[in-house]
Amino acid sequence: MGHTLTEKIILAHADADDVAPGDVVMVRCDVVMTNDISGPMAFRTMERMGVERVFDPAKVVVVADHFVPAKDVRSAQLMKLIAEWSQAQGVTFYEQGRGGIEHQVLAEDGWIVPGSVVAGGDSHTCTHGALGAFGTGLGSTDIAACLAHGRFWQAVPGTIQVELTGALQRFVSGKDVILAVIAQLGVGGGTNMALEFVGPGAEALTIDERLAVANMAVEAGSETGIFPADEMTAAYLDGRTERPWTAERSDPDALIDRRLEIDLDTLSPLVARPWSPGNIAPLDDVLGTKVDQVYIGNCSNGTITDLRQAAEVLRGRRVKPGTRAMVVPASQKIYAQALAEGLVETFVEAGAMVSTPTCGACFGGSNGILAEGETAVATTNRNFRGRMGGEGSGIYLANAWVAAAAAVAGEIVQPGAVLGGGSS
Amino acid sequence: MIVEGRAVCVSGDNIDTDVLYPGPFLNITDPSLMAEHLFEGLDPGLRELLGGDSVLVVGENFGTGSSREHVPVAMQASGIRAVVGRSFARIFYRNCINLGLLAVSCPGAVAAAVPDSRVQVDPAAGEVAVDGVVYAAQMLPPFVLEMVEAGGLVEWSRRQPAGSR
Ligand code: SF4
Repeated sequence: MGHTLTEKIILAHADADDVAPGDVVMVRCDVVMTNDISGPMAFRTMERMGVERVFDPAKVVVVADHFVPAKDVRSAQLMKLIAEWSQAQGVTFYEQGRGGIEHQVLAEDGWIVPGSVVAGGDSHTCTHGALGAFGTGLGSTDIAACLAHGRFWQAVPGTIQVELTGALQRFVSGKDVILAVIAQLGVGGGTNMALEFVGPGAEALTIDERLAVANMAVEAGSETGIFPADEMTAAYLDGRTERPWTAERSDPDALIDRRLEIDLDTLSPLVARPWSPGNIAPLDDVLGTKVDQVYIGNCSNGTITDLRQAAEVLRGRRVKPGTRAMVVPASQKIYAQALAEGLVETFVEAGAMVSTPTCGACFGGSNGILAEGETAVATTNRNFRGRMGGEGSGIYLANAWVAAAAAVAGEIVQPGAVLGGGSS
Repeated sequence: MIVEGRAVCVSGDNIDTDVLYPGPFLNITDPSLMAEHLFEGLDPGLRELLGGDSVLVVGENFGTGSSREHVPVAMQASGIRAVVGRSFARIFYRNCINLGLLAVSCPGAVAAAVPDSRVQVDPAAGEVAVDGVVYAAQMLPPFVLEMVEAGGLVEWSRRQPAGSR
């Protein structure tokens, strides 16, 4: 029998003659990534493993992104610790103000190539499946073992193949694709599975859209979300990386556990209502919901594509009094590009706040915390209870057009109601 | 290896790591200080039920969300010896196993347990007993069992011959 794309990648990184779903194998890492939250615990654990030096400094990346800029002394200590550790170990370190949110930085700086294995001390490491890699999120002890020995244990996942047909319609984005998948699978439906996105609709998605889709695979409980590499991937990687790679896909006779089909022609904007990414509804069902804060950013939807969409809505318009809007580019490069394209000016003139790249309020860390009972529309990936702040506060997850339109209207509306055109 | 303790029950499914250990406390690195914030977004009162011999009894897809290992570290620091659930989210499960905190899927035991039930977990036999009644649990893969018996990934990794780890 043939192999799935995920099985092929794992097989190429394990000491095994063959692999099948459920087999537990040790998987070699091509990139090990950690940050100011998972890093400090992992460094301590590596020491307890009796290992002083990382297995290969060229394969280790540390990114300061969660409590950035340091909001208090305790956070500043973490920043200092990861900076000093990175220097002592000779690994690549993206310090505050130089990189941005880890998953975006790794993708745009060419760390990730198709067929590689990325072990990240953050659950959204599945984002790297957008580039055909096996990216998977791990905790600090796993990361300690990866830093020490370059390997982690992994039960080979099965595969759920998501066939995308048609093309995205106006005001519909990668966010809506993955919300549609989660609506079908539920928040635990992808457990022990890789989500694989195939079909003409998948091939037509840009890399920014693929990043948004792969990013939220973990919200269905999946090990990763993966797009087979194609010409779109090659074009994105051109000039970003020198690492060799080849394009692989699942064999026609590979074992696929489940198939889903999503027709992009008929997909319209969706939201995830509080307090679960699985609490999904058509945008129409929540129109009129009053909004205190709009947050456009995070590792799923803080790309230049998202910022352009938001700017299209906010250009020449104002954020509604009584509502506040924050735009957080996912990386310094995106920030610079947004400046060059005049998007930052658009946001500031509209009365939105533009922040330095950071995880910040996405996980309730800093820079845009909600008061008790407030409502936000965010392009982020999680809306768990209290995630962004106060007790009883609620987050609606949505795409950037929907989020920006809510900022202008002060309530959830169809983007077409602000811009004209598109879905009613 | 048999782990035994007194049941502390957490009701509900898909309990996420944000309510188990909210983001603002992620800059804490001392396990005993982490323990002070366990269950903060869910029900801080649960902390008072924890003693040196607790077995946490949970529902489906427990621990969904972040990779934050602060959750099982805080659990261990609070005297939780094992977690028995209907099912677990992937990273939370890995984190428990890696720390040597036994996590076992056993819907029968979850249905039977009430607060303060005596719970005995026998991972090698694939059984969980609640007040003396035995329920079949999902068997752990041999590799996972070996790691739990070693006391976690740190100990397991130390035992591997150099070069094979
Ligand atoms: S932006 Fe949010 S979801 Fe993404 S890595 Fe940062 S905290 Fe996690």
